[in-house]
Amino acid sequence: MKLPQIVASIAFIALAFAPSSFGVAQDLAVFKRTALESITKGSGVASKNIETTLVLSLVRILEKRPDEALKGIDSIIAENPNFRLAYLIKGDLLLARSRAISTLGNTNKAGTAVEDMRQEAKARLDRYLHSPPLDLVPRQILQMSPDQPYALLVDTARSRLYVYQNKNGEPRYITDYYISSGKNGAEKVREGDQKTPIGVYHVVSTLPKSKLTDFYGPGAFPISYPNEWDQREGRNGHGIWLHGTPSDTYSRPPRSSNGCVVLANQDLIEVSRYLRIGSTPVIISSKAEWVDSAKWQAERNKILATLENWKRDWESRDIDRYLSHYHKHFTSEGRNLASWATQKRAVNAAKTDIRVDLSNVSVFTYPGYENMVVVSFEQSYKSNNLAGQMKKRQYWLRDGNRWQIVYEGSVDAQPSTAPPTLTAQR
Amino acid sequence: MLLARILRRNFLTGSEYKIMISRPFTPLLVAALFAISGISFAAGDDLKEINRLYQQGQTSQALEQVNAYLASKPKDAQARFIKGVILTDQKKTEEAIKVFTELTEEYPELPEPYNNLAVLYASLGQYERAKIALELAIRTHPSYATAHENLGDIYAQLASRAYDKALQLDVTNTTAQTKLSMIKDLFGPKATRANAAVVATAKPTPSRTVEPSKPAVATVVEEPVKSASPSKRVDTPASADSGDVVGAVEAWAKAWSDKNVQRYLSAYAPNFQTPKGESREAWESERKKRIQSAKFIKVNVSQAKVSMSGDDEATVVFRQTYQSNTLKSSGKKTLHLMKVDGKWLIKSEKNRG
Repeated sequence: MKLPQIVASIAFIALAFAPSSFGVAQDLAVFKRTALESITKGSGVASKNIETTLVLSLVRILEKRPDEALKGIDSIIAENPNFRLAYLIKGDLLLARSRAISTLGNTNKAGTAVEDMRQEAKARLDRYLHSPPLDLVPRQILQMSPDQPYALLVDTARSRLYVYQNKNGEPRYITDYYISSGKNGAEKVREGDQKTPIGVYHVVSTLPKSKLTDFYGPGAFPISYPNEWDQREGRNGHGIWLHGTPSDTYSRPPRSSNGCVVLANQDLIEVSRYLRIGSTPVIISSKAEWVDSAKWQAERNKILATLENWKRDWESRDIDRYLSHYHKHFTSEGRNLASWATQKRAVNAAKTDIRVDLSNVSVFTYPGYENMVVVSFEQSYKSNNLAGQMKKRQYWLRDGNRWQIVYEGSVDAQPSTAPPTLTAQR
Repeated sequence: MLLARILRRNFLTGSEYKIMISRPFTPLLVAALFAISGISFAAGDDLKEINRLYQQGQTSQALEQVNAYLASKPKDAQARFIKGVILTDQKKTEEAIKVFTELTEEYPELPEPYNNLAVLYASLGQYERAKIALELAIRTHPSYATAHENLGDIYAQLASRAYDKALQLDVTNTTAQTKLSMIKDLFGPKATRANAAVVATAKPTPSRTVEPSKPAVATVVEEPVKSASPSKRVDTPASADSGDVVGAVEAWAKAWSDKNVQRYLSAYAPNFQTPKGESREAWESERKKRIQSAKFIKVNVSQAKVSMSGDDEATVVFRQTYQSNTLKSSGKKTLHLMKVDGKWLIKSEKNRG
C-alpha cells in the first residue's frame, strides 16, 4: 500500500509560505517582545485586560501553545459572553485539537461575518504589534485650552481612539481603545454615505440611554459634524455620534458603522469620564501622526506666534497689516475677503485704540489637509466705542511661507464642567 | 485459514474463542508475522549489538553492521527499522524517509514507521505530510500515545501557521521546526492513552466533531490496558512454532489469572532458573502461597514478540500487566521457553522495565 496522495492540503503549505502583504517579515521573538512591551505600557484600565488577554492568546497560538491560548480565550468568554471574535477563536482552538486548521475562523458559515472578525482581530493585534509611538506627541494636538481637560484623537485607519490629558496645554497620553467606524471608510461628505468624517470636532451633547434604542448601548455623544469648515466645503449629513453596542454584542467589526464612532460599552463608559459636553475636542483622522517633542514645539510656537502677530496687528489699527493675515479665499459666515475687508476698514476708521486679549487658546492641526490648523479662543475686545467677549474660531492655512486665515467665525459655546453620567450596563 | 486453525488449537476455550476470532488483528499476529521473516535468536543478538552501538552514539559503526546484516537478510523489518533510526540520527533525512516509507508500504499496519516518517517530514517543515503519516499510524493504533502527542504537536504547528497567515503577520519562521518524538524501538511498549479508546471505525477526517475526543465504548471486548488494534486482518500464514509459543505464554497467564496453581507451575520447565537461585520446591511453595493468598488475579499479556532460536528454543518479550486485590503493576517481561515433549515450557523469567 502506498502513502496516500497529498492533494489539496499541500495548498495550505503553499499559502503559509506566501509572502506577507503587510510589511517587513518579523521574527516570532520580536513579535512577542513588541506585543508584550506594548501590553505592559498600556494603562491598566479594566477593558484593557480583555484585549490584552486576547492578544496574548493569539501570541500563544503563534507560539504553538494552543492549550494556553484556550485558557485565555475561555476567561474572556466567561466575562463577556457576547464577544463573537473570542468564540470564533475558541472554535478554531477546539478544532485544532483533532485536525489541521487553515485560517482564523474555520467555519463553513457565510463569509463576511467571519472576515469582519478577522479584521477585528488584526486591528486589535496591530495595536500591540505595530503600535504608534505613543511616547511621542500627537501632531494633531498642538495646544489645549484650560477648559479642555481631555481631548480624544480618533484614527480610523488604526480603528483606535486615543485619550489625551491636558498638562499645561500639552497633550499627555492616557489610554486608547478599539473603535469601529464607517462601513465605507472615512471622509464623510454627504448624508447617508456611511463614512466617518475627518476633522476637528467637539462633543455637543449627550443622549441618555432612555432616549435611545438598545442598539447604541449605554449612551451616545453627538459630535459637531458638519463643523464650520465642513459647511464651507459643502459637506452635509448629520447624526455622527460616539456610542456603544447592542447588549448582545461586545464589539463590532472595524468597518461597520453608518459613520459613527463605536466603542464597546464598557469602553464608552470609561471614555465618558473624559468628556465635557460642549467642549471636549474629538479629532478624527485617517492617519494620526506622532512627532518628536522638538518638531511639535516648533510647529506649535509658530502658530502661537502667528496668532500673536495677528492680534498685535489688529490692535495696531493698521488695517492693511491686519488684512494681510487673511487668505485670498477667506470666508466668514457668508462674507468673502472683499466684503470682510470693506467692513473692517469702515469699523476701523472710528477706532482710536483697540485692546484684544486672547485666552483659552486651543490649536489643532487639521487632519486631511497638508497645512491647516484650527485655532479657537476666547476673545476679550475693548475699544473706545465697543467692548465685548466672544468665542472665536479661525482656520489657518499655510500658503508658501505664510500662515493665513481662511475662515473666521464666532462659536456658540456653553461648555459644561462636569462629565455626563452613563449608567453602566453589561 | 491456517491462522484460524492455530488460534483454535492453542488458546481457545469457550468464550475466549469468540473474542479472539472477532479481533481482526492483534499484537500476537504481529509477532507471528515477524517470526516468519526469520528473526532467529542469534540474529536477535546481532540486532541487540547494533542497538547497543547506536545507543552509545557509535552510529557509523552501527550503520555498517546493520547494512552488513541486511546484506544477507534484506527483508528484515526490525533491522530496517533500526537502520532508519540510525540514518535519522545521522541527519540523512532523505535516506531515512526512504527506509521508513518502504516499511509503511510493506507493513501498513505498524504505526512506528509512520510515526518516524512524520518526525522526518516535520523536520523538513512538511507538516501536511507529517499529519497524514500520523493519522495513518493512529488509524491502526488509535490509542498510541506517542503518535497522538506528535499529531497534537503538528496540529498546533498548523494552527500557528494558519493564524499567522490569517492575520498577515509573517512571524512564524517557516524554517522553524516542530520537533516530534521519534520511536526508536519497533516492538517497544506502546504506551496507551487511558481515556482515548476509540470506536473501531473512527476515521481521522474532517467529519469529526469539534469536541475533544471523548472516551468511547470499544466494540471489541478487551482487557483494560490492551492497546486497541482494529485494523484489517493480515492474511499471512503464521509459523506453527511461534504460534505455539505464544499460545503457551497465554495459557500460563490464564492459569495464573485463574489462580490454578497446578497448571501455572506446570508451565515451567523442570530446569527452570529460579529467580533467586533457590530450590525448585522453595520457589514453588512461595508461588503457591502468593497466588492463593490473592483474592483475585488478573494477568494480561500484550505486544508479545517472539524470537525463535531454533526449533525448540524461543524468547518471548511482552508487556505484562498484573492486577490483584493488593497490587497493580505493569512492565516488560522476558520469557525463555524450550520445547519439551511437544510442549513449550518456561526456562527463565525476567522482569525488565
